[in-house]
Amino acid sequence: MNPLSSASNGPTSSATPPIFELGGVELDQGSTSRTFFYRAQRSRRLVVGASLIVFVVLVAIFAPFIAPYSPLHQAPQFNDQPPFWHEPNGALHILGTDPLGRDVLSRIIYGARVSLIIGSTAVLLSGSLGVLLGLLAGFFGGIVETVIMRLVDTQLAIPFILLAIVAVALFGQSLVGLVIILALTSWLGYARIVRGVVLSLKEMPYVEAAYALGASPLRTIFKHIFPGVWTPVIVVATQQVGAMMIAESSLSFLGIGVPPTVPSWGAMIADGRSYIQLAWWVSTLPGLALLITVLAVYFFGDGLRDVLDPRLRL
Amino acid sequence: MATFIARRFLQAIVILWGVSVIVFVLLRLAPSDPITIMLAETASPEQIAAARHQMGFDRPIYVQYVVFVDNALHGDLGESIFYQEPALQVIFNALPNTLLLGAFAFVFSVAVGVPVGILSALHRDTFWDYFGVGLALIGQATPPYWLGIMLIMLFSVGLHLLPSSGNFGPQYIILPAISLGAVLMPIVTRLVRSGMLDVLNEDYVRTARAKGLREQVVVWKHALRNMLIPLVTVLGLQVSALFGGAVIIEQVFGWPGVGQLAVNAIFSRDYPVVQADVLVVSSAFVFLNLLVDILYARLDPRIRYQ
Repeated sequence: MNPLSSASNGPTSSATPPIFELGGVELDQGSTSRTFFYRAQRSRRLVVGASLIVFVVLVAIFAPFIAPYSPLHQAPQFNDQPPFWHEPNGALHILGTDPLGRDVLSRIIYGARVSLIIGSTAVLLSGSLGVLLGLLAGFFGGIVETVIMRLVDTQLAIPFILLAIVAVALFGQSLVGLVIILALTSWLGYARIVRGVVLSLKEMPYVEAAYALGASPLRTIFKHIFPGVWTPVIVVATQQVGAMMIAESSLSFLGIGVPPTVPSWGAMIADGRSYIQLAWWVSTLPGLALLITVLAVYFFGDGLRDVLDPRLRL
Repeated sequence: MATFIARRFLQAIVILWGVSVIVFVLLRLAPSDPITIMLAETASPEQIAAARHQMGFDRPIYVQYVVFVDNALHGDLGESIFYQEPALQVIFNALPNTLLLGAFAFVFSVAVGVPVGILSALHRDTFWDYFGVGLALIGQATPPYWLGIMLIMLFSVGLHLLPSSGNFGPQYIILPAISLGAVLMPIVTRLVRSGMLDVLNEDYVRTARAKGLREQVVVWKHALRNMLIPLVTVLGLQVSALFGGAVIIEQVFGWPGVGQLAVNAIFSRDYPVVQADVLVVSSAFVFLNLLVDILYARLDPRIRYQ
């Protein structure tokens, strides 16, 4: 037998890492928030992700104080300056300049604002929409469910980016419009998951009991079913923040995302695309910033899932 | 089985009808009228009115929709304003390129994702697992178009090994296929890993091991086969993501497929082509999923009765 098989047969392949079970036993069972924080500290991914996210958020908030230059300031005489490690005298622009002589570092710092704002607001909006429709579909069933779920199937069939491109091209470029379009094209996942959870919760004795005691449908949904929906929704939402950031940057890369005057990582990558032979840093560095930020969000999301419910498979 | 196929077929038709409504309404809501783009700026109001009448734009929107569906069912999706030929023809000229790119990307993602996923699951919580999960996470967090540019920088500009743009030979597909495959690879890896972890705890795997079968046989024959069916279903649904990714990857590599066509058509306000493009791509997706569902039901009879 292969010596490797013992590893997969052994205790390591049990579904839950034992550390979580210990945490639940050692601590006061009634205090869920204490258990949560105890577990949270133990999840390295959660801590690393959260720290990075806090860092990016701080950079975005204090951008005007950190950025060495204005992100829009053009200095054509200093265009295509390489980053500092290429040129000892180039300390003027730490990460170099782009073909228009704009400071790359300053633009990356300001670009964090667009990414964070659009990523979080789009998720808030699409999450609310998806959760609401999923609750309705799961709870009422029948024609309501059929209509909502067919809408989900239909929208699933149209590639999201194609729909977004059509919408942006038709209705023009603006930050608010972009958020709405991203939200309208990404609520499907929430609706599907919430519907599934509601369908199983609906059969629970405590929900039936509430109903039998005369609770109205609205009260049953929001008081008794909604709390059970939280965990998967939060997990999906954190993962979606990363997906939305990439979607925003993709649209900005195509030139139909945020308006051209707003510094955005996607647009910066597009700006540098024709100059990769001359100035590799213009495209590379904003892409790295995006990659690290999205990675932090995914780390956070994965860690959160492990802490909230290790059995959850999303 | 016949009822199952009939039901799925009906569902597919409903979905396509929904797609046609969404696309139609979206394009009719557009602030800029295709007529004003088609005619010269010097056209008199009478000429514009005449053209509107000729195209049927002065009729109520539901009449326009019925005419549109009637024409579409006869294979007529209008004439491309830019190419001056039937929109459907323009799409079908570009479609093989996208299908080819999608197929290569799919093969790449499976060729990387399946072995890495298995490796991760077999060596849970060791270096290989961290490597596999890390690769999937990084793949998921990397914007595909940026990866494309990085690959061009490395293999075209730096090493002069592979071409960066166009489609003039077999070597032109390599970089776009890797960039697009990177979209799907993390999903495949994660699915294979978690599916494998589930299956490895099943009784029949323990039995196979107890029988003294070699580990390769247990993994590839007993475990992997049983998790292939759910994998195929999820991958079927990811075809849409693949098409979506193709839109932007084709733009990066100047690959002459339906994605690049759609973006160009939108910028040149060639609405018939946009409409035909979305309809054809969505139909392809719906058709593929119908196929996957039927295959699935054939392989696993339990599905038919759900």
